[in-house]
Amino acid sequence: MMLGKTAGGLFWMNRYLERSENITRLIDAGFRIALTRSASAKTEWESVVATTGAQAAFEERHDEYTAQAVLDFLLRDKANPSSVMSSIEAARNNARLVRTALTREVWEATNECWMTLKTLLQRPLRERDLPNVMGVIRQQSALVRGAMHGTMLRNDIYDFARIGNFIERADNTARILDVKYYVLLPSVAHVGSALDNVQWETILRSVSAHRSYRWLNGGDVNPVDIADFLILDRRMPRSLAFCVSKIADNLNYLADDYGCRHPCHELIDSMDTRLRENSIGSILESGLHEFLIDFIRDNAALGSQIEWDYRFNG
Amino acid sequence: MFGFDETPRRPYADYQGWVYDEDPAQLRKKSAEAEWFFRRTGITFNVYGQEEAAERLIPFDVVPRIISGREWSRLARGIEQRVRAINAFLHDIYHRQEILRAGRIPEELIAQNDAFLPKMIGVAPPGNVYTHIVGVDIVRTGEDDFFVLEDNARTPSGVSYMLENRETMLQMFPELFTRIPVRPVSLYPESLRRSLAACAPSACTDKPVIAVLTPGIHNSAYFEHAFLADQMGAELVEGSDIRIVDGRVAMRTTHGYVPIDVLYRRVDDDYLDPLNFNPDSMLGVPGIMDVYRSGGITIANAPGTGIADDKAIYSYMPEIVRFYTGEDAILQNVPTWRCSEPDSLAYVLDHLEELVVKEVHGSGGYGLLVGPTSTKRERAQFAKKLKARPGNYIAQPTLSLSTVPILTKKGLAPRHVDLRPFVLVSPGGIDITPGGLTRVALKEGSLVVNSSQGGGTKDTWVLDE
Repeated sequence: MMLGKTAGGLFWMNRYLERSENITRLIDAGFRIALTRSASAKTEWESVVATTGAQAAFEERHDEYTAQAVLDFLLRDKANPSSVMSSIEAARNNARLVRTALTREVWEATNECWMTLKTLLQRPLRERDLPNVMGVIRQQSALVRGAMHGTMLRNDIYDFARIGNFIERADNTARILDVKYYVLLPSVAHVGSALDNVQWETILRSVSAHRSYRWLNGGDVNPVDIADFLILDRRMPRSLAFCVSKIADNLNYLADDYGCRHPCHELIDSMDTRLRENSIGSILESGLHEFLIDFIRDNAALGSQIEWDYRFNG
Repeated sequence: MFGFDETPRRPYADYQGWVYDEDPAQLRKKSAEAEWFFRRTGITFNVYGQEEAAERLIPFDVVPRIISGREWSRLARGIEQRVRAINAFLHDIYHRQEILRAGRIPEELIAQNDAFLPKMIGVAPPGNVYTHIVGVDIVRTGEDDFFVLEDNARTPSGVSYMLENRETMLQMFPELFTRIPVRPVSLYPESLRRSLAACAPSACTDKPVIAVLTPGIHNSAYFEHAFLADQMGAELVEGSDIRIVDGRVAMRTTHGYVPIDVLYRRVDDDYLDPLNFNPDSMLGVPGIMDVYRSGGITIANAPGTGIADDKAIYSYMPEIVRFYTGEDAILQNVPTWRCSEPDSLAYVLDHLEELVVKEVHGSGGYGLLVGPTSTKRERAQFAKKLKARPGNYIAQPTLSLSTVPILTKKGLAPRHVDLRPFVLVSPGGIDITPGGLTRVALKEGSLVVNSSQGGGTKDTWVLDE
């Protein structure tokens, strides 16, 4: 038995943890491209902000997409609800709310992560602080993830936490692809040009997949394989297909556990089937952008349905 | 630690042997470690009226307060007697009111008291327990002189500090506990669970479902609410998680509404039921009082227990103990002037410099005047308030509270303390955890131990002897 509020708290706690990691990864990739190709740095930073869905909020507060402004906005601006600091704070508030559902290890790791980041991000950062700061953020979230993995019972508590994780992750990967979808389209490909290589590399880095992609494909970096890898490859822990199959698993555990299926189970089944039966060829043919927009919408609808079916908010 | 004649008191002998061999710098390092431990665990409290930055720690002092087994057993007998009397008093006051008929306490003291809930008249709480949890505040002024300051029969807080202070000490000084036999406090959550379960209502047919009702994460004691729910394996609910379903109080779970049998509420009477009490409350459960009266749920503590720990009633406690137990009170009451009585008011106004004047319904160390440390101006201002609403105040002499050493930058130094032992009441009897929360005034000479006013806490040891 679990309170609906607790299920909701676990779901959001893990969405926010995942979000802070994703934003950190985006910043990493953006920073790298800014270092190697200063000419396109501004557009890169702009697309990083666009990926987080906070372009309007950014432009309200800043005139230009400078490294300084973007780093500040994405890492420590409390007015940006998706900044790393806001996300960690929201994760920690949700953890406090569901304190009774967490092991002491998970709670303490989350609380310590929040305390550490609060100190770390207290003052504006200089570019040269960035590598160190990113390292600490990565390490702190790894500690929370490790405590989750190592100490939590595999029951409904864990299921709701994982569902939150993977819905957020799927949303993130889809947005990364959508912001950059034009560089993946074969029709406009100046295949092999230096510019595209960097762009493709950035996409892979934003999902921590530049190494794994190379293991699987050798040196051959091409847009179709990248799209296939990030959308359909089930070995890749940030691909849409992987995330969807994990959500399906966890929702099915809940159905078994509670002896009851809900409308959200129909939704996830159809999302899962669509991905299983699709190929990268037909996705590109019928429009990558349209495919991603549909996916983002379905994924959001799934989140709301789960919220409703499991009575997060009464 | 030192007796009233400046020699170390016996219970401290073993500890003293240890602490004099310790390097003070090492002890201070341990102190800093303890702070980090509290922060990481999230044992913080919110200060009302301050921004969110104000998630603060109550300072923890690493020197334990030590009570001998003999001292404790006398204290425990006194507390048990008092708590028994309080429950008998509450039952009486909400039923036949024999103590009023006998003329032992004035009727208007009850009838005109906000803490008296007419809705509780004739209600029989499950197991006939009114105060499931009591935290009696006690001070000591001499070797065998213990005084009760307050009875705290509503929703006493601080028990999480009793438990976490011990936990911290065990982690920091394990060697001390192998050297000195200290009675454990860690059984409290399990005792609390059992004692609440023993008061399940008649509507409960299976294993009782227990929930802790908290006002929410912004409440100053939220950590404690979550801590207790966690330790008892109970659900932690807010008003928005519960509603009345089929005549029971039920909580919204991931698969439907599930009835609650025992609600350990940490919200005040006023906020408990917007239909029956304060209509603006967002914290409570509309209609819970009706379920309660029909035996559908146990509320701990019962609504209306505030009439027993009201500061105006307090002065009648020796009388109340005698009336219901037939014995003289083992623990003394602090002499109290009720300013509602003209003679007392005149005396209090004449002696403001020596007295502590408190609001009848105040708590947390707010709105009180400590005569000996006050300025002339403060006294003049307070006298005005006092004359305007005398019934709102009581006055007590300042006691020469006992001191216990704390660790300061200059080594060990004495500070004034009080003690709040925690008492559980169930139909099976009264259970007092050996120890409690020792609060300490960190400022030299200060008598105010409240955490909202710069007080700290210590671990409290009752020796196993």
